[in-house]
Amino acid sequence: MAGRSSTRAGTIGFLRTHKALALGMAIVALVLAAALVSLVWTPYPIDVLSVPDRLQGSSLAHPFGTDQFGRDMLSMLMVGARTSIAVALVAVGIGILVGVPLGLVAAARGGWLDEGLMRANDLVFAFPALLSAVMITAILGPGAVNAILAIGIFNIPVFARVARGGALSLKSREFVLAARVAGKGEIRIIAEHILPNIANLLIVQGTIQFSLGILAEAGLSYVGLGAQPPLASWGRMLNEAQTMMALAPSLALYPGLAIVITVLGLNLMGDGLRDLLDPRLKRRVA
Amino acid sequence: MLVYAAKRFAGLAATLLVATALVFLVLEVIPGDPAQVMLGINAQEDTLAALRSQMGLDRPAWLRYLDWITGFASGDLGTSYTYSVPVADLVAARITVSLPLALLALALSTLIAIPVGVYAASKRGHWQDSGIMALTQVGIAIPNFWFAMLLVFVFAVTLRLVPSGGFPGWEAGIWPALKALMLPAVALALPQAAILARVMRSSLIDALHEDYVRTARAKGLTRTAVLWRHAVRNALIPVLTILGLQFSFLIAGTIIIENVFYLPGLGRLIFQAITQRDLIVVKSVVVLLVASVILVTFLVDLAYALVDPRLRRH
Repeated sequence: MAGRSSTRAGTIGFLRTHKALALGMAIVALVLAAALVSLVWTPYPIDVLSVPDRLQGSSLAHPFGTDQFGRDMLSMLMVGARTSIAVALVAVGIGILVGVPLGLVAAARGGWLDEGLMRANDLVFAFPALLSAVMITAILGPGAVNAILAIGIFNIPVFARVARGGALSLKSREFVLAARVAGKGEIRIIAEHILPNIANLLIVQGTIQFSLGILAEAGLSYVGLGAQPPLASWGRMLNEAQTMMALAPSLALYPGLAIVITVLGLNLMGDGLRDLLDPRLKRRVA
Repeated sequence: MLVYAAKRFAGLAATLLVATALVFLVLEVIPGDPAQVMLGINAQEDTLAALRSQMGLDRPAWLRYLDWITGFASGDLGTSYTYSVPVADLVAARITVSLPLALLALALSTLIAIPVGVYAASKRGHWQDSGIMALTQVGIAIPNFWFAMLLVFVFAVTLRLVPSGGFPGWEAGIWPALKALMLPAVALALPQAAILARVMRSSLIDALHEDYVRTARAKGLTRTAVLWRHAVRNALIPVLTILGLQFSFLIAGTIIIENVFYLPGLGRLIFQAITQRDLIVVKSVVVLLVASVILVTFLVDLAYALVDPRLRRH
């Protein structure tokens, strides 16, 4: 490891990364808990508008106040966490379920199949999730499912690339060659030897894509291409807060902070996991 | 180099062709009857028939696709259904907002990121470095449109230094126009700069451990001279790659930010087109944006090969 002169510095660095990992995990756990609790309970129902209660400041009854329709901000933020997590999680799932097999097949077969799959990946990469969402919305109308599809499609080439790269680097390693000599088929080698060894890479990439997914979902909902009312989403809340900026800036503050804190937590977790699972990469990647 | 460029160019043309086919497939073939999608289920039969004939829907899809892309090559993007004007005119008017905004943001983020990254790397392990890294970590987590809203609140609503939105047009003079693009560009640039600064830092730290740096120091060059003349130059290569990769995010960001500031750019155009279900406009604008991403990737590849001859062999 370049630049690490003493074991003591190494230990301090190790502790530091673990602190970041712990902090990241704590934040993610908190957001996850809020989202899960919102499935069965929120302080107030979010689909009931109550005009007399509108634009209240922080109080015991409403810790984060109420919005211009009298809805409790805390309840909205909790349901928003659920929307963000659900969209980002399914989108990462699509990326892994489609992308990883593609990448593994490309690595195993090589040749024109590899070339073709990678070119197709480049193509998908040229469609930012926003543009895919624009096209899907143009023909199907807006909705949270569009956001999932658009972000999920963008995730496919990312995971295909990671899986392919990881598999290629393992292909000529002794344990894979030994498995081949022992007569194991391509699928068994992938399942028993390649996949377990690239799982770390996939977990780290999954965390990164998860945080990008949260940002993308917020952006799509903000411009009206994602979650539709009455479903609460942090991006939508920001959209609705925009016209109220002069009157009630806190309406825009809390959902924004919720996004920043969640994404920060996921990024810290991703960095920490990368350092923990693959010490060779430590500090080399930004 | 020429062979490499030609090969890459063929790849670019092929990717563009497939990308246009994909957009055409999604917006014109999969919906079945795009005229019905555009007019809704309550449309009159004669209006539908008129639109179908305007779009040439009685002809086979592959012929319409050929017409569309040959039209594209000659600058004819069809006629917008809702505005009844050529799409090319709409795009030309809006691009004078979106393109300067994207370029301004790109320039700003690079101008901020490189010095910050170099400074952090030169102070590696010190509090300045840790501070900058923590700040960039937060910068990456901030959605640009939320940052834009905060900027509006501080600089437009509270301090009243700049307009909170809208665009006076370039005919109102360069300064008022630039002033209207200032906050949006900053909102786009800062989160972008956070990523670039981190890449710059780690790439420079790697470069500083290379043998040529030690040689240059041994030759008697000062630390600063070695840093700027040798290490930074080499460290810029990965930054260039990331800059290229980030371009698609910049495009997406521009589209969203235009909505925060009510800027009449391509982003606003595309959202108006979606609400009005003007598939003719959506199709062309999406292709233009995708093409710009593909083109930038191509240019970055070329620039990369110019800087690093080893890459030309692949």
